[in-house]
Amino acid sequence: MNGTLYARRRMTARIFLAFSTAAAVIGLIWLGLILFTLISKGLGGLSPTLFTESTKPPGSAGGVLNAIVGSLIMSSMAVFVGTPIGIMAGTYLAEYGGQSRLTATIRFFNDILLSTPSILIGLFIYEIIVLTMGHFSALAGAAALTVIVIPVVVRTTDNMLLLVPHALREAGIALGAPISTIIRSVTWRAARAGIVTGVLLAVARISGETAPLLFTAFGNQFWSTNIVAPMASLPQVIYNYANSAYEDWHQLAWASALLITVAVLTLSIVARLLEPKRH
Amino acid sequence: MAGLALENDEIAKRAAMMQRFGRGEARFRILCLASALLVVAIFLGVVFALVEGAWPAIKAFGLPFLWTEKWNPVTEKFGGLAAIYGTLVTSLVAMLIAVPMGIGIAVFLTEICPNALKRPISIAIELLAGIPSIIYGIWGLFILAPFLQTTVQPWLIETFADVPVFSTLFEGPPYGIGMFTASLILSIMILPFISSVTRDVFETVPPMLKEAAYGLGCTTWEVVWNVVLPYTRSGVVGGAMLALGRALGETMAVTFVIGNAHRISASLLAPGTTISASIANEFAEALGDLYVPALIELGLILFLITFLVLAAAQLMLRRLEKSGGQR
Repeated sequence: MNGTLYARRRMTARIFLAFSTAAAVIGLIWLGLILFTLISKGLGGLSPTLFTESTKPPGSAGGVLNAIVGSLIMSSMAVFVGTPIGIMAGTYLAEYGGQSRLTATIRFFNDILLSTPSILIGLFIYEIIVLTMGHFSALAGAAALTVIVIPVVVRTTDNMLLLVPHALREAGIALGAPISTIIRSVTWRAARAGIVTGVLLAVARISGETAPLLFTAFGNQFWSTNIVAPMASLPQVIYNYANSAYEDWHQLAWASALLITVAVLTLSIVARLLEPKRH
Repeated sequence: MAGLALENDEIAKRAAMMQRFGRGEARFRILCLASALLVVAIFLGVVFALVEGAWPAIKAFGLPFLWTEKWNPVTEKFGGLAAIYGTLVTSLVAMLIAVPMGIGIAVFLTEICPNALKRPISIAIELLAGIPSIIYGIWGLFILAPFLQTTVQPWLIETFADVPVFSTLFEGPPYGIGMFTASLILSIMILPFISSVTRDVFETVPPMLKEAAYGLGCTTWEVVWNVVLPYTRSGVVGGAMLALGRALGETMAVTFVIGNAHRISASLLAPGTTISASIANEFAEALGDLYVPALIELGLILFLITFLVLAAAQLMLRRLEKSGGQR
């Protein structure tokens, strides 16, 4: 009797371990499959014209230069506006906020905003900017991306500042330095690597965002750097081209997908390398 | 006398400097506070914008919007049931696949994996989380959907043809695109969230507890089931809820593969739609007085659902943090 019970327990454990290992293997297979498809389908579409030509009608050799530039313009606007706001807000939470109710409330709303579906951010910007201006614009697209950047930066700045040892702040206070000086020249400096990580993660996140741009920046077939006019972006070109019926547009979509993935994965790996070890 | 005057002078200078410091101090503090309050303002702005945008539809259709399936842009009769149903069902099926797999991966990483492989494997799994959703969309449309259509779906239809309940779930022609494919893509996307949160909370289990159980002769399964999971329950549930929040609102990947049909089918293989996919597909082309407000009302409903799920997740994770601090 004992023998069979033991055998059954060992059997359960073996099945469980086999399942866990299989789960990890399947996870890795998904990653491998996606990367393999991107490389095999995307490499064929990589050509000089991809970077030198704007999007063209199907049939003529075109590129995605306007979309690359559009993505760069809107993402950098979002990062330039969103980063300082996010760092200041994170600083308030970690340095001034303490244990107060207000701090807990702001953290709560920030965490919700961090995971709010990005398409709803798009609707929000559509309501307050696109309807006010009367037309789609790169400005609205950048605003939508900014709203996505801010909570990411707030969250990492807050976390990273909380990791800075208190003794550093106390040393500053003992020298008679005002709190704001301590923050700027001691705690920010100590947490710099972590804060940079947060910004990089935010950049990685927005460079693949499509949903919030659909009805804010709207997309543009032509070369445009006018920020009050509709603007093309790389993810949106993928969306439009993949849904089209033309083989050469599919090819461009795959090549663009490869570009974005390489950019995003490089950013996340760099961010991970910079990230300070916990404890 | 001269010495004293000098001292007074010094004191005055010092006082002026302190005042300057004080002013900069207040300015910096206010700037930080304003930025922090801006976060709350954005959140309230989203709520307000959605309610305002949806108002005409709320007034026109009232509460029945929630349980009306009909979605007819021509006659301007709108009901959100099909999209709400699609959102909930795809996310639920995705969770059914991803939660056991995510926990399995966490167990693999904490209990089975050799130390040298731990870091590379967890980084690889987390890279899955970094891939933008548009990439999952294009991959799902061109690779996964045709593959499912020719192999997995015919097999499912045939195998479950005589099994009650399942025969309804896997019924009809294999389209490739549809609710099932959308769920599968979603499960791949949320897998890394579940596995990384679960692994993190598994690592908070004191080794002594596990060692005591192993010392009693427990198998790995018994240790995980009786020691690790009860200890980390709220963390695992919190992580799963975060992933659910993401699945509910996921847009681009789903839009590509769901088929965008505003109807409710018992079969998982049939095309359907979700709230976010409807908005992404139809918003830019929506005409008429009620079409756009109806789409925004769907958005408002999605916002409320994800808010509830995410708030619950926050509470669970906070509770774990607190109890973890006390132990």
